[in-house]
Amino acid sequence: MRGGPFILVLIAVAAVIFGLARWLDNSYAFFVGYVVVQYIVLGTAWNILGGYTGYVNFGITAFFAIGAYSSVVLHKLVPAMPLPAMILVGGVMAGIVGIGTGYLTLRLRGVYFSIATLALAVVVQTLITNWDFVGGARGAYVLRPRTAPLIGGGYIDYLFLIMLGLCVISLATARAIERSSLGYGFAAIRDDEAAAEASGVPTLKLKLIATGLSGGFMGMAGAPLPFYVTYLDPSSGFSLNYAVNAIAMPLIGGTSTWLGPVVGAVLVGGLQEYLRVTISSAVNVLVAGVLMVVFVIIAPQGIVGLFKRKRQ
Amino acid sequence: MTALLHVEGLGKRFGGFVALDGIELEVQDGERLGLIGPNGSGKSTLVNCICGTLRNETGSVSFAGEKLDGLLASQRTHRGLARSFQLPRPFASLSLAENLRIPILYAVNARSTGRLAGAAIDARCRDLLGEVGLAGKADRLPRDLTQIEMRKLELARAMAAQPKLLIADEAMAGLSHAEVDEIIALLIRLNGQGVTVIMIEHIMRAVMEFSQRLAVLVAGKKIADGAPKEVVRNDEVVRAYLGE
Repeated sequence: MRGGPFILVLIAVAAVIFGLARWLDNSYAFFVGYVVVQYIVLGTAWNILGGYTGYVNFGITAFFAIGAYSSVVLHKLVPAMPLPAMILVGGVMAGIVGIGTGYLTLRLRGVYFSIATLALAVVVQTLITNWDFVGGARGAYVLRPRTAPLIGGGYIDYLFLIMLGLCVISLATARAIERSSLGYGFAAIRDDEAAAEASGVPTLKLKLIATGLSGGFMGMAGAPLPFYVTYLDPSSGFSLNYAVNAIAMPLIGGTSTWLGPVVGAVLVGGLQEYLRVTISSAVNVLVAGVLMVVFVIIAPQGIVGLFKRKRQ
Repeated sequence: MTALLHVEGLGKRFGGFVALDGIELEVQDGERLGLIGPNGSGKSTLVNCICGTLRNETGSVSFAGEKLDGLLASQRTHRGLARSFQLPRPFASLSLAENLRIPILYAVNARSTGRLAGAAIDARCRDLLGEVGLAGKADRLPRDLTQIEMRKLELARAMAAQPKLLIADEAMAGLSHAEVDEIIALLIRLNGQGVTVIMIEHIMRAVMEFSQRLAVLVAGKKIADGAPKEVVRNDEVVRAYLGE
């Protein structure tokens, strides 16, 4: 399928999902749906750098929280600013930080890169915790409007719709990358950076594109968060859950295609939500952790990889 | 006539160890040069400095009349330099055809002339694989290849970049007699198409058969350069290889 029709199919699927949720008219469905779709965006963003390019980023929360906190700042400065504009700003901010991280760590490979990103998360969290304007360690309240603009209904409907839109954009981008020369360049970097460079691949430039895009999408996924939780403090914005899930979901679904993070997010996100309701609210991290270990051992190509192998 | 490749006073140290010391080397357009030397004499370091994988501290490298100093390896590949690696470094998750697609997308298509697209790229990948006798395995992964097939893939990938100068870094190490002949024939055929080739090799039979000119590196210095038959009789070269 070409890019154009693919986007139309994505939009149609998103529309059906949204229509279904509206028809159910249950705000719990919207809250759950938002979380799962948010993880699709986050997992897809991680996969652009981690799956396609082979650079494992542990600092997901840094980019995610930059998006979230830029919304907090914008909401304080320009309360009337529409959410999509905030998302754009949050994405750009996180994207810039992504490019900066890529540039500063350009000589770091493998596990050293991962450690550096982990350090980035700690640095950003420390800065935010000590920044009084966004509430510091106390956290910040963001009052969301009672009703959704444009579409009516609860504001959570609107948040869900926005997140679905982001999801369509991020999946279309990921799939376009896979099929373009950019995707081949990323794969060459992942497999052997020196050989890639010798084959004419401008590895530095491509790495910066990957870190920028990946960071940008993480920031966009985080930008609506303050409106979703209405109270944002550093310990929730930088929660380990985001990092673990954003890595576990693509790994479980499969890192080689855009479909992997979708499968992983729906499966793991859905299961977590189910267990949160039925057993305990603390069991969800365990689910991601255990599933990640199991899949890394028995199906390193993820669920999508399992099906691909069967077909061959 | 100016040389295609001109290496001038090239020096490289690793800490206190002098790996290359004032190397002077000229390669003419269309030439076949053999580069030999004992293990650790600096051959691969020289290749790495010419191709931009390592930075030389002193001296300079010019290619087709342009100074390459400060350019990245990828930029040098765009200008028409290509190399194969001593130990094959295929893109392990990509099929053989996709392995060749990378230099076509990023080296050939980065030049203003002869951009390829879509079906033309596929055709070119298959042609190249055919040239090295791997056409039947175009959709296989590198891990399915034997040692010689891996070397051929390595050469095919370098050829896919459509270089003016190809540096084959020990493309034949560990291969059988017949396999060495195959690779020599391949490189001579390539040279016949107008590609200048530098061959780095330990197998003297291959070097003597292939080279029009022979340069010898010993302990980071070039000690001989000239007609192959004369160079191998050179006293200094004999001493370096066999001792006093």
